[in-house]
Amino acid sequence: MSVDAKVKGIISDQLEVAVEKLSMETTFEDIDADSLDIVELVMALEEEFDLEISDQEIENIKTVGDVIKYIESQV
Amino acid sequence: MKMDLKGKTAIVTGASRGIGRATALALAKAGADIVINYNRSGEAAEEVKAEIEAAGSRALSVRADVSSYSDCEALASAAIDHFKRIDILINNAGITADNLLIRMKPDEWSSVIDTNLTGVYNCTRAVMRPLLKQKSGGRIINVASVSGIYGNTGQANYAAAKGGVIAFTKSLAKELGSRSITVNAVAPGFIETDMTGELTEQFREGVLSRIALGRLGRAEEVAEVILFLASSASYVTGQVIAVDGCLAL
Repeated sequence: MSVDAKVKGIISDQLEVAVEKLSMETTFEDIDADSLDIVELVMALEEEFDLEISDQEIENIKTVGDVIKYIESQV
Repeated sequence: MKMDLKGKTAIVTGASRGIGRATALALAKAGADIVINYNRSGEAAEEVKAEIEAAGSRALSVRADVSSYSDCEALASAAIDHFKRIDILINNAGITADNLLIRMKPDEWSSVIDTNLTGVYNCTRAVMRPLLKQKSGGRIINVASVSGIYGNTGQANYAAAKGGVIAFTKSLAKELGSRSITVNAVAPGFIETDMTGELTEQFREGVLSRIALGRLGRAEEVAEVILFLASSASYVTGQVIAVDGCLAL
């Protein structure tokens, strides 16, 4: 499975939103994710891709595309 | 009122003696699996474990110094390894090092803050991930003290730590409300435990005259309130319940 599909799957699972609603430009604000949602999502991503995402990097995550680009740069 | 904790796992810090011990027994009696944390009183912890098992519940005893973050992580891991989940955390472990401020040594200040306040952060932080991952809510109950509300002569360190615990409780209740995790504190007054056993007879007499109920409390009476917060009380969060027989400090 591509990183793109995996990440969208995890976001969909964690935030209970349909995969079809997730585009690269979708912001977490669009899907009503609060700060704790983002942290939980990061926890799930860290586990799935076996990496550690720093607080500073979390700050930079605004859209679904940001997450995918970040993960792709790390794996 | 529903006080059934079957299938739930509770970690009780400082569970070998006093309020922690009474709480571990009360939660076990309601059906919870108990992780008994202790630091120095290993033998007493084993006795609590035996008592819980004799009553038909499961228990695990784990040594951990709550002032150490790595110890608290190990405590949370042991709970997950053994019982597969964590539903309830009772931050009870505490120490005193009473002294008038002018005589209070830096280590009397820091040891009390490290155990009583940082210890609450350490244990809570260590259970946060599993608690959120389970997505099934949770209960965190911090044992504060009336000293943390009113202040108390000779306890600037202890009162500061317990006041901190109260503020921590209120903040965390706001952070975790959306996840159905409730965070509350109990503030015991003068309770018959080893901790208050050190008080002088003269001080005890003086204290009794300021307690409306006219007697010290029992550890079991604090445990009952903790059990209530851990089992029912589903719409109570961010609160501090004084269990002090109406004490006027």
